[in-house]
Amino acid sequence: MQRYSIFTLARNAANYHKGWGRAWRSAEPRAQYDVIIIGAGGHGLATAYYLAKEHNITSVAVVEKGWLGGGNTGRNTTIIRSNYLQDESAAIYQLAHRLYEGLSQELNFNIMFSPRGLMMLCQTEHELRSMTRNAHANRLFGIESRMISPKQVKKKVPIINMSAGVRYPVLGALYQPRGGTARHDAVAWGYARGADMRGVDIIQNCEVTGISVARGRVNAVETTKGRIRASKVAIVTAGNTTRLTDMAGLRMPIESVALQALVSEPIKPVLDVVIMANTVHGYISQSDKGELVIGGGTDDYNNYSQRGSFPALQHTVTALVETFPIISRLKMLRQWAGIVDMTGDRSPIISKTDVAGLFVNCGWGTGGFKSIPGSGFVFADTIANDRPHPIAEPFSIDRFLEGRFVDESVAAGVAH
Amino acid sequence: MLLISCPVCGVEGDETEFRYGGAAHIERPASLDPENISDEAQRDYLFIRKNPCGLHFERWVCARGCGKWFHAARDTMTLEFKAFYAITDQPPKLAEGAPAGPKGRGGRT
Ligand SMILES: Cc1cc2nc3c(=O)[nH]c(=O)nc-3n(C[C@H](O)[C@H](O)[C@H](O)COP(=O)(O)OP(=O)(O)OC[C@H]3O[C@@H](n4cnc5c(N)ncnc54)[C@H](O)[C@@H]3O)c2cc1C
Ligand SMILES: [Zn+2]
Repeated sequence: MQRYSIFTLARNAANYHKGWGRAWRSAEPRAQYDVIIIGAGGHGLATAYYLAKEHNITSVAVVEKGWLGGGNTGRNTTIIRSNYLQDESAAIYQLAHRLYEGLSQELNFNIMFSPRGLMMLCQTEHELRSMTRNAHANRLFGIESRMISPKQVKKKVPIINMSAGVRYPVLGALYQPRGGTARHDAVAWGYARGADMRGVDIIQNCEVTGISVARGRVNAVETTKGRIRASKVAIVTAGNTTRLTDMAGLRMPIESVALQALVSEPIKPVLDVVIMANTVHGYISQSDKGELVIGGGTDDYNNYSQRGSFPALQHTVTALVETFPIISRLKMLRQWAGIVDMTGDRSPIISKTDVAGLFVNCGWGTGGFKSIPGSGFVFADTIANDRPHPIAEPFSIDRFLEGRFVDESVAAGVAH
Repeated sequence: MLLISCPVCGVEGDETEFRYGGAAHIERPASLDPENISDEAQRDYLFIRKNPCGLHFERWVCARGCGKWFHAARDTMTLEFKAFYAITDQPPKLAEGAPAGPKGRGGRT
């Protein structure tokens, strides 16, 4: 596979860009692999990449029912931050954030990481206090994060409404200077290319329809392209997790709901940080193309349809219009939904299961884009060594039995 | 947008007039045998969900109407309601993919 550089760019430009090869092979399944990963989203692909790179396990297939990156990874609003409240979360999100910083170089693929700064607005007295607590927790953990005043917010975000008498006045913000965004597709493509280069087979248009378990041990998966054997299988299918775990007879603490986002027509640059407004359930950033990218909370009810409801969207936009009056005249261009996998404590599950050789990585819900590199890194280690990586350990599935939650639902009331 | 009809007061409206209450027919172990609840039973009650892709029995409350809770059967893939039934009733026997009632909103029971 060719490396990308200024020289290959020049060479291909001279040839009217007709000479670029494929970024990854289109593989057909072999009869057997060491590890099968179900789901070619960011988490599945990163796991495959680190299995090959860090653990030298290259007999790996990533089996995807659609196209790689076509699930939530390709539908998310790409917010990256690590200012979480609990130490367990801070550890994994910080690892991911650190890996994101150098990921374009590592993958030789521009993931357009843009640490433009991220603000979580405080719009009630309660929120101001809980975010201040968050800032202290982050500092103790070594995450650069601090509170800023309303005046500093206004200076960084001139379009924000600070007039007196608004329903939710801005009382301050939790500011993470290295928070930001990255190009979602590029993260999936970069990991796919890196994994493929190391010998991983990425098999698209291949749906897993069964998981074969004998004497408490997984031994194969059934797919629309036939049976594939493996002694280790990892389920990394986000909103479809329950459908896969049902096949292996496992029961999960997960519910699937729709999460929506929308983008406006492109306008001139007005916003160069990412803003989250948890009290009013909305967040907003501006893409390089000039579109405002807007998201909010999930729809309420269980849903596999990959379609959201209009009232949920309306709720998000209504709330944001007061804080950013400028958006009231904008036309919205596109709207879509992804099916997200919600756990009871709003933290992920990275775990071995009761079936030997079967692993799950799910429950990222509304916020798992930012964690892709860290999650892939610790999950690959967990699979390779058949025991939880220390950073993954608190996220094992037993926590629901033991009542040992990693409660982030209080810290982040909104989807992100 | 979901269109819902309340089997208690008979009002029909869209989802903004109702509120979702999650999966239905989950029994609280403590009310059956408060002395001997295993951790497993408590976990199952609190967290484990069927989360089916297809027929789902769930609870709704008629928030802007009579204020009463009721049950619904809904397909989570097509978002079609198959039935609305009383909060005291057991789930109706419905074949997966069975046609919906009048106007696609499911019959009342
Ligand atoms: C609208 C929206 C906005 C979001 N915004 C943010 C954000 O700003 N920041 C953030 O950090 N996170 C955000 N998220 C969450 C984030 O997108 C997800 O947590 C993350 O992408 C999950 O990645 P994944 O690899 O686990 O799942 P996915 O990317 O969904 O990949 C799972 C893959 O499994 C495949 N699959 C399913 N069933 C099968 C089967 N039977 N056989 C084979 N393959 C199968 C699917 O086709 C899919 O490609 C957002 C999500 C949505 C929907
Ligand atoms: Zn009613």
